[in-house]
Amino acid sequence: MQLLKDKLNIDFMGKRKLALTASGVLIVISIVAMAARGLNLGIDFTGGTLVEVGYSDSVQLEPVREALLASGLDDAIVQHFGTSRDVLIRLPVAESDRDKASLSNRVIRALEPTGSLEVRRVEFVGPQVGGELRDKGGLAMLYALIGILVYVALRFEWRFSLGSVAALVHDVVLVVGFFALTQTEFDLTVLAALLAVIGYSLNDTIVVFDRIRENFRCIRKSTSEKVINTSINQTFSRTLMTSITTLLVLIALFLFGGEVIHAFSIALIVGVLVGTYSSIYVASTSLLALNVSKEDLMPVESANRSDDGSQV
Amino acid sequence: MAAAPLNQYPLWKHLFILAVIVIIGLYSLPNLYPSMPAIQVSHDSGVLDAATPPVLRRALQEKGIQAQSEDHGDNRLLLRFTDTEQQLQAFEAGKQALDGRHVVALNLANSMPGWLRSIGASPMNLGLDLRGGVHFLLQVDMKAASAKAINNYAAAVRVELREAKLRRFSVTQTGDEVKIRFRDAASRDAGHEVLNKEYGTELDFAEVDGNEGFLLVATINEETMRETQSLAIQQNIQTLRNRVNELGVAEPVIQQQGAERIVVQLPGVQDTAQAKEILGATATVEFRMVNEQADPFEAAETGRIPTGSILYYERDSKSPILLKRDVMLTGDSIINANSGFDENGLPAVIITLDGKGAARFSKVTAENIKKLMAVVFIDNKTVIFNQDGEQRRRTVKSEEVVSVARIQEQLGKRFQIEGLDSTHEALKLALLLRAGALAAPVEIVEERTVGPSLGQQNIDLGKKSIIIGFILVMIFMALYYRLFGIAADLALAVNLVLIIGIMSLIPGATLTLPGIAGIVLTVGMAVDANVLIFERIREELRNGNSPQASIHAGYSKALSTIADANVTTLIAAIVLFVFGTGPIKGFAVTLSIGIVCSMFTAIMGTRALVNLYYGSQKSPRLAV
Repeated sequence: MQLLKDKLNIDFMGKRKLALTASGVLIVISIVAMAARGLNLGIDFTGGTLVEVGYSDSVQLEPVREALLASGLDDAIVQHFGTSRDVLIRLPVAESDRDKASLSNRVIRALEPTGSLEVRRVEFVGPQVGGELRDKGGLAMLYALIGILVYVALRFEWRFSLGSVAALVHDVVLVVGFFALTQTEFDLTVLAALLAVIGYSLNDTIVVFDRIRENFRCIRKSTSEKVINTSINQTFSRTLMTSITTLLVLIALFLFGGEVIHAFSIALIVGVLVGTYSSIYVASTSLLALNVSKEDLMPVESANRSDDGSQV
Repeated sequence: MAAAPLNQYPLWKHLFILAVIVIIGLYSLPNLYPSMPAIQVSHDSGVLDAATPPVLRRALQEKGIQAQSEDHGDNRLLLRFTDTEQQLQAFEAGKQALDGRHVVALNLANSMPGWLRSIGASPMNLGLDLRGGVHFLLQVDMKAASAKAINNYAAAVRVELREAKLRRFSVTQTGDEVKIRFRDAASRDAGHEVLNKEYGTELDFAEVDGNEGFLLVATINEETMRETQSLAIQQNIQTLRNRVNELGVAEPVIQQQGAERIVVQLPGVQDTAQAKEILGATATVEFRMVNEQADPFEAAETGRIPTGSILYYERDSKSPILLKRDVMLTGDSIINANSGFDENGLPAVIITLDGKGAARFSKVTAENIKKLMAVVFIDNKTVIFNQDGEQRRRTVKSEEVVSVARIQEQLGKRFQIEGLDSTHEALKLALLLRAGALAAPVEIVEERTVGPSLGQQNIDLGKKSIIIGFILVMIFMALYYRLFGIAADLALAVNLVLIIGIMSLIPGATLTLPGIAGIVLTVGMAVDANVLIFERIREELRNGNSPQASIHAGYSKALSTIADANVTTLIAAIVLFVFGTGPIKGFAVTLSIGIVCSMFTAIMGTRALVNLYYGSQKSPRLAV
């Protein structure tokens, strides 16, 4: 079975203006969404208390809210979680010092009269821990990007390195923008997903880059644009195949993985789609814009350079 | 002579691949066996004596409970039962039959056959989000710990100077320093010398001349401060461990995280209110003289306790002992306690007191040479009791005598407790003494509790998504790449087995829900290597190369691409591992293991299969 015909020849680079415009528009939308609406940060990052309870029968939210109100927990956010029997209660960090960690106990006591229930999950994150997780998350992202920048620069060339990082930043901005736009909760698992997206998108980019390097070395008499275009075409069916298999499992995870893993799988699905696109357009277009040429990649050019991967 | 065939692996390569699969596959087997309800018995000294199993067996026999199997090792005894009813009965019987130093806990034990256990195989550790339980992150109040230390030193300095017959000085404590004001430079020099001799290794002194007069400012030096703080953490961990043991939690995790925090993980615990209460309480020690005139056994029997005495029980022997009502010294006076050896090379605990405590202690001990002194350990314990058929818990104060020793000479600021059985005991007593003395307050800064039903649901959902994702990818690969696709599918299946086997083999690796997501993602991405290879083979064929050459070129040309692509993903996974916490680490672990395994299975595994099938054919038609 084959999805694409044998000798694929799509003029990817010819449409790069259109693609860049599209990327630009999406990035602007993402940044505006982040600035205007902000991220719906989970308690992992903001600090606070979260209690998930499961009732034996489906339950209305109103009596639950009233019960909490009666106990003086008036800033609780109450919503169903997954099914009408599961209720999620969120509370901001308590004002008083003593109360922070025991807030969940008060919630549970307050809910006892509302029906036969079982505590499914309690999460409490103190404000300082939330701040640390936020900082650590940002740092992790930064270090991952730096690590990748260095690796790609060593294995390829600095322009490839810039190209791949441009693609990664593009992906991260769009995925985060998606979360800002839809106000899907952004928690620790989403951050993990974001780093996995970086890994995935890079994987894709490297495969295209590898082929570009190879073709620059063995195709004589051709423009950079044509070489890049040929490389993208040659790897296109692989790019598509891997995206499909990855999306297949991610959709399985989204549909069957349960509510807790929802935001995680959404982040990855969006990330894989964006990452596939970016490795073709953002990464490769950057190479073109940075004027990568045949001469830059010929191993004979500089004898002391050890970054040529394919000795034949 | 013909050239060696392109696509044939030497025998050793086949054997190597087979050996890896068989061995790691073997270690993944325990995960197939269901868990059984069990009780776990250990001893808080860390060593379970040989007398315990028979005692327990007899107790169970009396109740008519039959353990399904019994398992010794790692200084713990594990009894498996066929149902939870029997497990609970055995739990109660065990608690009654064994003394308080035994820890009886409810647990789930794997039901794998003995031969698997004998090769050291064990199932994967499940994270709290899968097995249910509480995770606490406790912040140790270091400010309080150092404030307490500086406070102790201020008192000690005062006594020291007074003992040196220095007059007209004043000691004040401000923030993290002790200010000593002298009348003139000469007495300051004298004071400085005295203090330097006694505390020079612990305190830094600075002479300050200003409008406040002749000042000597003492601050705790960096090393001592670090030691104080690290001791505060150690002692808190010890105290927490004892309390958790009282709760009857199997396999608790209590460990330091960073400089000022302690992680407490209690699998299976649901009552978080109770757990929080217990973790917050504080323990201490007291020194009292033994009343050697009266017979403690008689007092215990008759209940007639001599005036001025209190009846205590010794921790180990449970025998009664009469102590004087006056407290010689409380744990608050202990600055430090370390285990070491006495002049005969026998285990001892070396105690350092603060000035006030030392002064008092030296006076009392001088009056009581050749008499017995006892160390009483006071802790708030939790007892489980039955009320109206319901299990309830209550925190009670427990006071036990942990050590009795004869005073050999007048004791001062530093002295040692001798007569200990072993270095292990000395180590523990030192920790307990520190626990009593320096309990820095803790605050819960993070809590994650997962109920058992949600844990099971997470496992079920995780399994389901792995299986469905797995099947979808397999079907797709088989349809798209035909025979080669089937080779990739087999490799994928092996990959899954290897991930589970390696996760089971690494003792510290824990499977979490994000970890399952990592496995699912790996399933999707693992075939990438095969896709790269197969696309390359197709390309080579299109370019008119022979089938054998195409296979060979496909594998070799794709190799560096695969390596590059995987290394970069690995970088992201490692960063995740380093910066991630708890469940996120789990994701990074499975992702990394998955990537490494997929390199092995997708490259070597499928190549072996392809070689076996096509390698000896002259000009095969490749089903790719």
